[in-house]
Amino acid sequence: MPFDILVLSCFVYVIFLFAIAFFGERRAQLGGMGFLRSPTVYTLSLSIYCTAWTFYGAVGYGARSGIEFMTIYLGPTLVFVGWWWILRKLVRIGRQQRVTSIADLISSRYGKSNGLGVLVTLIAVVAATPYIALQLQSVTLSFAVFSSDQPEGWATPIRASTALWVAGGLAVFTILFGTRRLDAKEQHHGIVIAIAVEAVVKLVALVAVGSFVVWGLAGGPGAVIDRIEAVNLQGWQLQPGRWVGLIALSAAAVICLPRMFQVLVVENVDERHLARASWAFPLYLFAMCLFILPIAMVGLEQMPADTNPDMMVLTLPLAHGQGALAMLAFLGGFSSATSMVIVETVALATMLSNHVIMPLWLHLRPEATRSADLRGGILLARRLSIIGVLGLGLAYYRLSGGSAALAAMGLIAFAGMAQVLPALLGGIFWRGASRVGAILGLLTGFATWGWTLFLPSFGQDAVIPAQVFALGPFGLSWLRPEALFGTAAMDPLIHSIFWSLALNTAAFFAGSILSFPDPVERIQGAAFVNAFDAEAQGGRLGWTHGQAEPEALLNLAQRILGEEALTFFETEARAQGKEGYLPDMTPAFLTELERRLAGSLGAATAHAMISQLFGRATVTVEDLMAVASEAAQIAEYSARLESNQTELTRTARQLREVNEKLTQLSVQKDAFLSQISHELRTPMTSIRAFSEILTEGDLPAPQVADYGRIIHEEAKRLTRLLDDLLDLSVLENGAVQLNLGLAHLGELLDRAAAVASQTRPDRAFRIERDVTTEEIYLRTDADRLVQVFINLISNARKYCEANPGVLRIAIRHRAGRVTVDFIDNGRGIPKEKQALIFEKFARLTDQTKAGGAGLGLAICREIMANLGGTVAYLPGQRGAAFRVTLPLRLERSAA
Amino acid sequence: MRRPRQPLFLARASYRRRRLRDAARLLPVVGVFLLMLPLLWPQGGAGSAVIFVFVVWALLIGFAAVLAHGLDQPETPSAAGDD
Repeated sequence: MPFDILVLSCFVYVIFLFAIAFFGERRAQLGGMGFLRSPTVYTLSLSIYCTAWTFYGAVGYGARSGIEFMTIYLGPTLVFVGWWWILRKLVRIGRQQRVTSIADLISSRYGKSNGLGVLVTLIAVVAATPYIALQLQSVTLSFAVFSSDQPEGWATPIRASTALWVAGGLAVFTILFGTRRLDAKEQHHGIVIAIAVEAVVKLVALVAVGSFVVWGLAGGPGAVIDRIEAVNLQGWQLQPGRWVGLIALSAAAVICLPRMFQVLVVENVDERHLARASWAFPLYLFAMCLFILPIAMVGLEQMPADTNPDMMVLTLPLAHGQGALAMLAFLGGFSSATSMVIVETVALATMLSNHVIMPLWLHLRPEATRSADLRGGILLARRLSIIGVLGLGLAYYRLSGGSAALAAMGLIAFAGMAQVLPALLGGIFWRGASRVGAILGLLTGFATWGWTLFLPSFGQDAVIPAQVFALGPFGLSWLRPEALFGTAAMDPLIHSIFWSLALNTAAFFAGSILSFPDPVERIQGAAFVNAFDAEAQGGRLGWTHGQAEPEALLNLAQRILGEEALTFFETEARAQGKEGYLPDMTPAFLTELERRLAGSLGAATAHAMISQLFGRATVTVEDLMAVASEAAQIAEYSARLESNQTELTRTARQLREVNEKLTQLSVQKDAFLSQISHELRTPMTSIRAFSEILTEGDLPAPQVADYGRIIHEEAKRLTRLLDDLLDLSVLENGAVQLNLGLAHLGELLDRAAAVASQTRPDRAFRIERDVTTEEIYLRTDADRLVQVFINLISNARKYCEANPGVLRIAIRHRAGRVTVDFIDNGRGIPKEKQALIFEKFARLTDQTKAGGAGLGLAICREIMANLGGTVAYLPGQRGAAFRVTLPLRLERSAA
Repeated sequence: MRRPRQPLFLARASYRRRRLRDAARLLPVVGVFLLMLPLLWPQGGAGSAVIFVFVVWALLIGFAAVLAHGLDQPETPSAAGDD
């Protein structure tokens, strides 16, 4: 098979994957998610459990250890078949808390502690780096198989650059589809659909090679079983310790591996998909394993003794001239490696950026929370993390030389990640699990794993001197890396798993039992352990009213969530029964917002950010206790009731006031009718009486003149009354014609004062004016305005009891409105009457003294309304005071 | 204590569902038990052990498929809860 064709087809395959991923993203964006959301895709995406380690390594493992290779797939089978125990709860919690990674889950459970997030991230990176190196190595090896006549040709020139090219290509793919958007759910539909396709490719490839081997080379299943039965290789015996230990280890790994957690929990779109995966994923594993042993058997028989068993999936078809089959197998292996690296990198990059880079950045630049483009910052952090993770894998591969057997590296990674298991399971099933316990357990387990498995895996004298292997550090023989506490009889791998998990669990329990968790931890603990009890409790605990402005919060959320933030704020506001985009800062809202932000930033960072916006570095213990306790809730509830109560009382009072006024008005209306008849009758009676006397004749001339004058006066009074009434009704109907023009305020007042001086000309009365303030030109109806002024000044002359009466006219001009205050030095108007003086026929004193019909102020009010202003009684000025407010420039439309 | 209004006895359908969940919980335990059996067999050829493990595996998958079908149903309010 020419190498060029291999490279070409590999290239075409990669382009195909890009297209698939792009298609997936597009479909997801357009909302057409039907197929993408199917449980089948979910199950297939889980198959990233089967990496190149499975594809190539399982055959090698099977050739070396026989049936033991199945433990790696039996563990996950048990976990999935028993999904009702753990996976269901994990997925539910993941969706409730919007968990973005396993580090986020642990950090969130133990009081949103970022320290724990960093610790888990560190463990994950350390454990995953060799694993990523392993994938790069397998791709390089498979290239090498094709490129040289010698299948194990290590010296091929392209070998060095292959890993670099593969890593570079993967970085591009992962950055393109893994950091496309920043979305609250941290789901990557493009990647999921691509790895689902790759899952099919690898299964088809392995089954094809297997079928070829079983029916083409071995002569049917029966013959294969006979051979397996007959085989008696060293290492094929079932070792109870390794059998049990590895099943347990792989069971732990399928939950804890960052990439498995990513597809299992984070990328899960529907909890019910888990039900399908519970049997379909074991079925996939079953199908992958079915042909491993036959391939290994036949490979051992037919291939030269120095053949690398890890590459038999490729070398067997090649040795029999099946180029196309080998090509398919190559693509299968390529798929396994790439899909694993992509998802692992996305998962690790999320953890790194959320728990290490962003908190560090926000710590160094706290003002960043409020400043520029946070979203871009997060995406940049993700991209840098992706390059960093792949770079680490590449560096490890280059430095280690990639010589170790594939299986060993995979198991070391499993054991490292399994250290998270006690904290994880303890966290979701035991409310007593505390942060101190989790940190102690993780540190102990990680250290033990490093000492007994990871560091020794580099070989004696590489990191740990051979002397330490034999005698222990500082001569402490009970600390020998492969014989802790003298347990030298154990298999080194099982020895490490056993001691690391045992010490880890012991430290976890001891720390949890002896420590006292802080309130956030206890709240989170309850929410995690009782995840199924009530969805409702989510909103119960969290933020109380704070000082953050809704706008500021929306601003922040928009920079992280983009458009989604607006929609979220709007729906929340509508749910609260408000219009617009700014909901009330209720605890439920803030909790939900924090969860959404946590989807992009991780729980600890989101918490810290909202805290910062609320003007406090951390939430105080007292705060949370107050929120958490039932008492606080009851208090809050009763406070709300109380505020409702006050509002009701206020409304009732307003109603009462309106009612009172209405009653008074009704009385006034009756009074108005009787008044008007009275007012009309009085002059009429005089006129009738005197005109009767005049018609009788025989009167001396002076008396006639006198009576005629009285009749004339009364007729005038009658006319005036009728004029007033007519005026009032015209004004009230708004049918008045305004005569707009420029007028000097001072002149208007002069005119008014002159006319008003006719009223009770006998009394001592002084008007105080500030002429400088009167230098204002108004655009208004001057005559009407003067009418108002006359009325107010005459009223003062009539009713002000002080002697001498003083009327002060104060003028103010502000923002296009002019106020003219008329304040006298009398007794003022009693409060209960103030509401009535502007009503028709309202006269406070007895009629004789007033001498008018009581229409003056009513007319004033109507005039001012027509002039676009008001006249009102100004209380609190000692004497009676009226304030006339009018616009500086009255536009015609307002008239 | 947390669910004071839980009835003591359930209707037939909910009762069935509860037992289905019990079965789902039991399945991995049975799996572990069966997968440990080959350890007790005398060491010899691997053929029978391989066949046994694959058969157990297939059975687990089959039972899980049957149970998953029943557990897939959305919970009715009366049957909500963890047991």
